Amino acid sequence: MNTEALKDLLYKMADDQLILGHRNSEWTGFGPLLEEDIAFSSMAQDKVGQSWQIYKLLNELGESDPDTVAFMRNAEQFHNCQLVELPNGEYDFSLIRHFLFDTAEMIRFNHLATSSYAPLALLAKKIKGEIKYHTMHANIWVKQLGSATEESIIRLQTSLDSAMPYALGIFESSKFEKELISEGIFRGEETVKSEWLTQVKSILEHTKLTMPNIETITPVFGGRYGKHTAHLQPLLDEMSEVFKEDPTADW
Amino acid sequence: MYGGGNVFETMKATALADEDPILLAAFEARIDRGEKIEPTDWMPQLYRKQLIRMIEQHAHSEIIGSLPEGTWITRAPGFKRKLALMAKVQDEVGHAQLLYSAAETLGKPREEMITDLINGKSKYSNIFNYPAFTWADSCFISWLVDAGAIVNQIANSKGSYGPYCRALERICAEESFHLKYGHHCVIHLATGTKTQREMMQAAVNRWWAPMMHFFGPSDKISVHSEILMKWKVKMASNDECRQQFLDMYVPKIWELGLTVPDENLKKNTVTGEWEFTEPDWEEFKRVINGDGPCNAERIAVRRTAEERGRWVREALLAPKAKYVAPLA
Repeated sequence: MNTEALKDLLYKMADDQLILGHRNSEWTGFGPLLEEDIAFSSMAQDKVGQSWQIYKLLNELGESDPDTVAFMRNAEQFHNCQLVELPNGEYDFSLIRHFLFDTAEMIRFNHLATSSYAPLALLAKKIKGEIKYHTMHANIWVKQLGSATEESIIRLQTSLDSAMPYALGIFESSKFEKELISEGIFRGEETVKSEWLTQVKSILEHTKLTMPNIETITPVFGGRYGKHTAHLQPLLDEMSEVFKEDPTADW
Repeated sequence: MYGGGNVFETMKATALADEDPILLAAFEARIDRGEKIEPTDWMPQLYRKQLIRMIEQHAHSEIIGSLPEGTWITRAPGFKRKLALMAKVQDEVGHAQLLYSAAETLGKPREEMITDLINGKSKYSNIFNYPAFTWADSCFISWLVDAGAIVNQIANSKGSYGPYCRALERICAEESFHLKYGHHCVIHLATGTKTQREMMQAAVNRWWAPMMHFFGPSDKISVHSEILMKWKVKMASNDECRQQFLDMYVPKIWELGLTVPDENLKKNTVTGEWEFTEPDWEEFKRVINGDGPCNAERIAVRRTAEERGRWVREALLAPKAKYVAPLA
């Protein structure tokens, strides 16, 4: 087992879940309707919980404990894609991001459920059961708002266009694609991406939204290698504000 | 979370003059027998009006109450606390959803209630007009404000209006987890490092006065509400709730080595009642009428959320749909 490759995969997935979970939790108290406050909070809890479990797998592989890993690293030590760190913006952007990201997550964890690394396969089976509801939620809302009023359609289209370059960044290749594929740990980003494109298009066909032409878009890469927008470090500073007052204390 | 201090409609002596005396007698007899009143049953206008007002205030308190604690979700120290606090605040928003639906069964739509909240026509629990400065403040709220709310809500769950009682039973079950979570957080701070202990004591000092206000003005000075008691709209007096809270929680606060900032606070061994410095009811009135540290901010946040979300609600609008069934 190529442990270095495995850790790289686990880190980027855990970081994705933690950061998007954190962003989702920022909707608590601010949703466009109470039901959406509650839905985004549920997804936040799932995602933060999933990141915790993946950090525990890393801990078993010799990395620090999950609290230290999550609360004590700086932005350049995070491997999440830039899509998840962008501010929530208006509900249209949060919804589109959730739709694009969770569609990819569903495919990713479906694949990982048959990973040759048994602890990951076991966890993926659990996680995909949770993400199924995230994608159902996203699909219902995108179909509804993507076909409802002139304003809702324009808003979703604008967010879709602006999120797409970042969404393509989800699939940035790691240094270890070949090793992960050959060892049967993970089928690789390109495979996830190609299924993702099909599924995203199939949902958008039920709406008045237009799929951006991805051939002409430059994906925003760098997140997987520690390159981030200016939004990540302030998020991490806020997240660790209390924890860092005394990292050795029991809170 | 919700305490006493309900702002009830001022009642005119003639409020019941227009009601059919036979129906009114039958209604009161049902309440005396301990039956629940359901949405389609006959009820006096005054009963409907006061219940809407009370349930609505309670619902508003839940969504406004999610704000001071909600600001600590993104700063909660460690996975365990972060996940628990998210779930806790989510519960509060869920309580608002349950309560608005209970109030809707009496004929006032949710949108109208939220508009009244934003316009300042409708009140919410006064305690949320105070800021949560530190992590310890959020722990105080989770433990003691929720504890106070449970005292009040358990009493009200024995009331006469079916949908409200059922909502309260579900709410109390969830609040009891909040209380355990909050107590756990406070124990860790109160028995932790010097910084943590100081942080916790400062929070108790800051929140004690609002906590005493939480149950509403003393019975000596509050508006008499015999008919609301008779109709089982109001189930316990403000002083009864406050006494019960003090009896249950002051010993637990002391047990943790924390002090309460009231040198007159003690249990009278003869009467069994707690004695304390009379809370400043002028401040209570001032804050509930809009002049507290966070009134403007809380309402502004709610207004912004409503305005930013309007296009979403419009896109969902199905004008023919009519909501009738309560969630609980």
